[in-house]
Amino acid sequence: MGAQKKAPTRAVSDDPEDLARVPLQAVLLADSFATRFRPITLERPKVLLPLVNIPMIEYTLAWLESAGVEEVFVFCCAHAKQVTNYLENSQWFSQPKFSVTTIESHNSVSAGDALRLVYERNVIHGDFVLISGDTLSNMSLMRALQEHKERKKKDSNAVMTMVIQRSKPSPITQQSRLGTDGLFVAIDPTTKQLLHYEENTNHLKGTFSIDKMLLVDNTSITLHNDIQDCYIDICSPEVLSLFTDNFDYQHLRRHFLKGLLVDDIMGYKIFTHEIHSSYAARVDNYRGYDTISKDIIQRWTYPLVPDVLSLGNSATKLERRGMYRASEIGQSRSAQIGPLTVIGTGTTIASNTKITNSVVGKGCAIGSNVLIEGSYVWDNVIIEDGCELRHAIVCDGVTMKSGSVLKPGVVLSFKVVIGQNFVVPPYSKVSLLQQPTKQDSDEELEYADNNSDTLDSAATGTMDKLNGDSSLEFSEMQHHVSSELGYGGVGYIWSICEGSHEEEWRHSVAPIPAEKLAEITQVIEDDLELVSQDSNAPASSGELKPDSQINAEDDAVYFEKEVEATFLRAVNENVEVDHVILEVNSLRLSYNMQSADCAGAIFHSMMKLALDTTHSTHNELLRNVQNTVNTWQKLLKSYLPGKDEEIEVILKFEEICLESARELSPLFTQILHLLYDKDIITEEAIEDWESEKKDADEADRVFVKQAEIFLQWLREAPEEDDEEDDE
Amino acid sequence: MPDVQALVNEFLFKLKKRKIEGSQATARQTAVLLRSVISQQRIPYTHQAAALIDAVKAVGERLVLANPVELAVGNIIRRVLHIIREEDLSLTSVAMAGLDLSAVSDDEDETDQDDHPVLSAAAVAAASRNTLRPPSLQTLLEDLPDSAAVPHSSSSGGDSEGKSKSADKSSRSRKLKHDVIEAVNELIEDIDTCHEQIAEQAVEHIHQNEVILTLGSSRTVLEFFCAAKEKKRSFRVFVAEGAPRYQGHLLAKELVARGLQTTLITDSAVFAMISRVNMVIVGAHAVMANGGVIAPVGLNMVALAAQRHAVPFVVLAGSHKLCPLYPHNPEVLLNELRSPSELLDFGEFSDCMDFGSGTGSPLLHVVNPTFDYVPPKLVSLFITDTGGHNPSYVYRLIADYYSTDDLVLQRKPASVNSVQT
Repeated sequence: MGAQKKAPTRAVSDDPEDLARVPLQAVLLADSFATRFRPITLERPKVLLPLVNIPMIEYTLAWLESAGVEEVFVFCCAHAKQVTNYLENSQWFSQPKFSVTTIESHNSVSAGDALRLVYERNVIHGDFVLISGDTLSNMSLMRALQEHKERKKKDSNAVMTMVIQRSKPSPITQQSRLGTDGLFVAIDPTTKQLLHYEENTNHLKGTFSIDKMLLVDNTSITLHNDIQDCYIDICSPEVLSLFTDNFDYQHLRRHFLKGLLVDDIMGYKIFTHEIHSSYAARVDNYRGYDTISKDIIQRWTYPLVPDVLSLGNSATKLERRGMYRASEIGQSRSAQIGPLTVIGTGTTIASNTKITNSVVGKGCAIGSNVLIEGSYVWDNVIIEDGCELRHAIVCDGVTMKSGSVLKPGVVLSFKVVIGQNFVVPPYSKVSLLQQPTKQDSDEELEYADNNSDTLDSAATGTMDKLNGDSSLEFSEMQHHVSSELGYGGVGYIWSICEGSHEEEWRHSVAPIPAEKLAEITQVIEDDLELVSQDSNAPASSGELKPDSQINAEDDAVYFEKEVEATFLRAVNENVEVDHVILEVNSLRLSYNMQSADCAGAIFHSMMKLALDTTHSTHNELLRNVQNTVNTWQKLLKSYLPGKDEEIEVILKFEEICLESARELSPLFTQILHLLYDKDIITEEAIEDWESEKKDADEADRVFVKQAEIFLQWLREAPEEDDEEDDE
Repeated sequence: MPDVQALVNEFLFKLKKRKIEGSQATARQTAVLLRSVISQQRIPYTHQAAALIDAVKAVGERLVLANPVELAVGNIIRRVLHIIREEDLSLTSVAMAGLDLSAVSDDEDETDQDDHPVLSAAAVAAASRNTLRPPSLQTLLEDLPDSAAVPHSSSSGGDSEGKSKSADKSSRSRKLKHDVIEAVNELIEDIDTCHEQIAEQAVEHIHQNEVILTLGSSRTVLEFFCAAKEKKRSFRVFVAEGAPRYQGHLLAKELVARGLQTTLITDSAVFAMISRVNMVIVGAHAVMANGGVIAPVGLNMVALAAQRHAVPFVVLAGSHKLCPLYPHNPEVLLNELRSPSELLDFGEFSDCMDFGSGTGSPLLHVVNPTFDYVPPKLVSLFITDTGGHNPSYVYRLIADYYSTDDLVLQRKPASVNSVQT
């Protein structure tokens, strides 16, 4: 009956659409081509890692299904067997209107390779959704898809629509949420076309540059640093052929997106679709794992939440204060289960154990007096009495002997055993597999392919390998290992390779340590000082309108500050003079300033620099000034094409001496002389300045008086010159 | 058979993904699904009813698990089980009656039955039940020859009754299935027409120039108002908007389109307005066995306001919303927390996530419960498709619709045959 009812409605819905309707397809990359989740990903693919007790890929597939996608191609590379096995046993292969096909590859090392292979298979016939298996969302694709189709109809070059989301532009939020770097994008506000995309790897440096042609070609452009990339793309089939044509495209964003944006020959365009209330995020690193788990527990991903997704014989119930408990668990009366906690089926919790803000998987045995805080404990873990876990990830089959402690940020991979009373130091990663000795030269490589065979065997059963291999080796290993993880411990602590040590806290599940936060805040404050005086754009994003009328005086102040910042940076980073000139020029253009203003501003910053350099006496200060002028005279000169500008500099100098830096006033004459000597200021300018000042108040003539002797000398000197010339 | 399995799976999936909205739609689809389950079920010669019950229970258990909060699913499953039992009982008792009628009972209504040789299956079943249980008011009413308000499984069984008296085993088995399907068809029709049935009673409750208050949107309430309007009653409606989904806005627009005087207010203004209101009429998500109501969020507040000002609080509920379970911790266990993004955009929430240090738990929580529990003492009257009832009478209604054997749908061993991960 139901089927009969369905059939006509579907036929009806098909009719208005054109006959060549293709089912909506999706390409799901079940491989992240990254190493962030090592050592766990050495044994199990990232997409099968449980996120709140459900494998990540389950969320992605559930979303694709509910968003109306009918055909999904799951591309598996690393641990392809595991992924296909999982999918074959899952509910997804038996869905009537939702087909899942796997594409296996063993030699793809990047998303680019994956898409080239998909293209070879020739399975994609229309628009498709490109998503990786670690992305979860509950957005409705309908609008985005419709927009994409309409754009495509008008302009066949609109090949891709990227889903973006707004987020607070503070590096702290970005850092503390998903552990990702800041992102700068430029978008055309009317058409929503993406014009520039830059992953800001160093958010301490608050600058980025865009091609000025963008400003020429577009009437308006918005710059954002408050955008988060959701990593959900709606692509036209051309995208696949683009990947094939450009065999060097590897990374979706770094290569493909940039390539498309830069390449104006083909004229392909990328557009954005912003989502507001719905949820979309990608598990990029351990911190993201932590944050997204919490979002799921707080139901932002509804209906992809634990009590809805978990079906079958393990019904999970939501209780007060965001506590999810499966139906069959053994919990001691004295055990406390705190808020925002998920407990899986068959788990037993003994007395006086405290669990807060954590996820505990299926079939775990947790002893008494255990403390679990902010941690992720996967399936079949044994935690003996008196253990402490804070902000750690503990994979399947781990045993923690009594009294062992996991410090924040620890990751225990599969089947590791932690010895009695052993304290695992913060941020350490422990695995049964030894750390690959040689780091892959290409960091893009996800799972080392040099030992993929051993990995597979490891995946099927590391313990088997341990036990099955020659007993000598085993005992040796045992011996070696017990020293590393305490008495009776099994596993290797991976040494943290240098360079990434700094990054450890960034991507860990542990909360950011206070001192690091302070560091970021400090940087932000420094930045803010700049930013607040900086641009006419508000801190987050602003539309640059060519005809915007802003208070000119404020502008001058901002401009001065900006020039100063540029100058100081140039001094600190030894930027070449030519480059500084370029930068100041661009500032001058953007603020619509004269070169006199530039000269004034530069001079001002030079003096400031001289003042800021340590000095105790006037002489030292004068030397500082001399040094500065010597080094940067070229810069200053380039803004002094004529007499007027020079006068401006002198006036500026007066102003500085009077207002900001009274220390300089006794040195006025000397410095003026210096400037004259260096040919920065000509005598005509000085004379004009003097004559200009003749009618001024007494107060204004302080410096003229001070420089009287110099002026006198000057008046005589030129005559000599003239005389010489005459002769 | 695989056909049914596919249907069941599809429905399960929809339930699980919360793709079916509203208890009426859910109830209807459940009934339709169960009908096809029954019609596909092969029936053995003996224990036919038991086979059917088993089949329905097996499906039912999974359906209930798929969305335990949608009580209508469980209600319909129990209703169907009840129908099977009743039909079985009536067939048996008719067969028995053919042998020895006087041995059955000497109840008052039993003697009535003797006067009316053509009887409905339900009436016979009810009669045979009466040998075990005290008579209910409902069954007494049912047996009145002109019980117009009760569209129960009646006329269809009547004709075939005579033939079945001499029925042999095989035809009986076919007949059981046939009767059950007939009865389920009527159940579906009941569900379809419940709005009209309830709306018919509108004029009795809404009087001239009254002010009625409602919250959120319910189709039953809309039809109820429209029915009163059609009968030339002029009255005014206050609609509380029903945050956070604001379905009250839709209702208000709809009412205005039908020519009703409507005032839209915020939920928080209910208490201020209630003194001007003559009656509160609202819809429900489910009515529990103790007369408590699971209703859209905000209604408990309205009910309390109504009690404070002695305004009658009337709940409209189709009979498919009657749930034979007693609520235990209903605020939590019978509730559904929907996405917090209905209250606050995710972007705004994530903006508050600065300084993710400390305990690691966010300081801001956004909670969006779907339902309120209104205790029975706050409800003045239930209007169902069988008429108006007091909350204290609900348990009796339930006894008529459900058999006590079916209250627990879960079979003991967790033998869910299909593997869901």
